[in-house]
Amino acid sequence: MGRIVLEKVTKSFGDVEVIPPLDLTIEDGEFAVFVGPSGCGKSTLLRLIAGLEDVTSGEIDIDGQDATEVPPAKRGLAMVFQSYALYPHMSVRKNIAFPLRMAKLDQAEQNRRVEQAAAVLNLTDYLDRRPGQLSGGQRQRVAIGRAIVREPAAFLFDEPLSNLDAALRVGMRLEISELHERLKTTMIYVTHDQVEAMTMADKIVVLRAGNIEQVGSPLELYRSPRNLFVAGFIGSPKMNFIEGGEAGTHGAHAIGVRPEHIAVSESDGPWSGVVGVSEHLGSDTFFHVHETGLAETITVRADGEVGFRHGDRIHMTPRADAIHKFDADGLRIA
Amino acid sequence: MATQHSRSAARMMMAPAVILLLGWMLVPLTMTLYFSFKKYLPLRGDSLAGGLDWVGFDNYTRFVTSSSFWPSVQATLIIVGGVLVVTVVLGVLLAILLDQPMWGQGVVRILVIAPFFVMPTVSGLVWKNMFMDPVNGLFAHLWKFFGAAPLEWLSQASMQSIILIVSWQWLPFATLILLTAIQSLDSEQLEAAEMDGAPPLARFGFIILPHLSRAITIVILIQTIFLLSIFAEIFVTTAGAFGTKTLTYLIFQRVLESQNVGLGSAGGVYAIILANIVAIFLMRIVGKNLDA
Ligand SMILES: Nc1ncnc2c1ncn2[C@@H]1O[C@H](COP(=O)(O)OP(=O)(O)OP(=O)(O)O)[C@@H](O)[C@H]1O
Ligand SMILES: [Mg+2]
Repeated sequence: MGRIVLEKVTKSFGDVEVIPPLDLTIEDGEFAVFVGPSGCGKSTLLRLIAGLEDVTSGEIDIDGQDATEVPPAKRGLAMVFQSYALYPHMSVRKNIAFPLRMAKLDQAEQNRRVEQAAAVLNLTDYLDRRPGQLSGGQRQRVAIGRAIVREPAAFLFDEPLSNLDAALRVGMRLEISELHERLKTTMIYVTHDQVEAMTMADKIVVLRAGNIEQVGSPLELYRSPRNLFVAGFIGSPKMNFIEGGEAGTHGAHAIGVRPEHIAVSESDGPWSGVVGVSEHLGSDTFFHVHETGLAETITVRADGEVGFRHGDRIHMTPRADAIHKFDADGLRIA
Repeated sequence: MATQHSRSAARMMMAPAVILLLGWMLVPLTMTLYFSFKKYLPLRGDSLAGGLDWVGFDNYTRFVTSSSFWPSVQATLIIVGGVLVVTVVLGVLLAILLDQPMWGQGVVRILVIAPFFVMPTVSGLVWKNMFMDPVNGLFAHLWKFFGAAPLEWLSQASMQSIILIVSWQWLPFATLILLTAIQSLDSEQLEAAEMDGAPPLARFGFIILPHLSRAITIVILIQTIFLLSIFAEIFVTTAGAFGTKTLTYLIFQRVLESQNVGLGSAGGVYAIILANIVAIFLMRIVGKNLDA
């Protein structure tokens, strides 16, 4: 119902190739998340799938049908935009009903579906308001409501939560995951927030400059990043990278250790350094350790109760089975 | 938030401008009102110094009972309405066209604005002599090229001709305002509508037009104010003949051609009343679009 296959898809704007040849398969019912730094082509890729941009070459199949030349309205996909793109002069009810109206469904069916979507999204009390009279989170839900009434083959989300405050974001994140559990419809979700990516995705697609760096489940990417870029991109705080002699002892050009895989102690451990800034989150504390002779800064995560201070010299022990090794090309050594 | 102090300071600062504007409006208005109740025929020897006779509402009754009064109101409304329809409809279309990415966009936009810079008298003369002249005009040549008898524009289709000339002048204004409005439309809204299955015409009707409604309101209000008093275009083309005598033109004839200041002033007061009726009417119809 919602299997999307991209074959050798490329996209250029003028002379600039934004997406070099790219192959990707998104299975039916999957929650796929595109992540990558700003400007890497996430939105462009999503818009290619939606049909809002034409591919320069290559083929897009939706449900086994070649959809490359199919106009957006006929692809059976629904998109939720970053700015929500609600119609400001229509009531919430009319906004949600708009796709149904365009599909010329009869009025009773339109009402039924709108009421149903509103109930799912807790919008029933707001149906007669204008979008301008809603909060950010409510607008977001209206945008999702407008998408679900069409019963699309797949949902496309372009950074839908980036305009919301932190608390609302967590809430909406759960709601979207919940929605996916319930509808079991394919969802493609663009974000540059890797917490969103890790928590929501069945499959993460890491992009850099239009290239797919790695595709896999969140834990796969976390446990065995294919290269330095993915290793640095997935995980927060960022993985520590160490080059030179220390890496050499592990038979690698560079090694990477996540902050949560380094134990700290006052007196023993192979690495040592001086505590700089420490970030107290309550449950955890992140120490930024300098003068280690390994890398400029090493970030370590410790229990919230560990009380080192600025300027203390501490010792660190990396967990042996959690050291990632990379060769000179930045690729993972198995 | 303004404090009490800053508010009274603001009032002080604005006072000179407000007083000046008030004087600017009130002096001519009172003078018009004053003359409208007097017999004032300068050619017959009446003069301000010699004192004017009070005639009550004589001028008012004479102005409305004159056979040219109602036709002139009608002509005014037809011209204003016609120009509004033409400029808004063409303005929307042109604005959409100019919003499309195209080669030479900058030059085309300047060319579109150009008519606005031509003085009304000049444009009236240019249209009259270059385009609408039944012997040498471009339209006459065009008609002859297709084997038709040239139209005598200003006499046979006088109203249409005036509407055409005035619309040509005001189209740039409408286009410009509507273009800026179109450019402020979030393209994601159009894309969302496209994904929702709206064909181009539905996108226009459901998204673009409602988005433009406020700008259209502004165009209509501003143009109406100026169009009620168009004069030069009529003066240099038909000189009020062939049913193109508007209220403004009638007043001009009363004051300057018949040298009857009192009668003309009464006409002026009627014009003010007409303008207010039209304004209230417009506010009622379109004013709700201006509420936020
Ligand atoms: N219409 C366009 N014309 C020319 N270049 C474009 C156009 N749209 C996007 N680009 C370029 O394509 C590249 C990818 O853009 P895209 O919007 O897909 O990035 P993104 O990954 O979504 O970034 P962000 O996280 O900031 O939204 C950028 O370098 C951008 O400058
Ligand atoms: Mg983007």
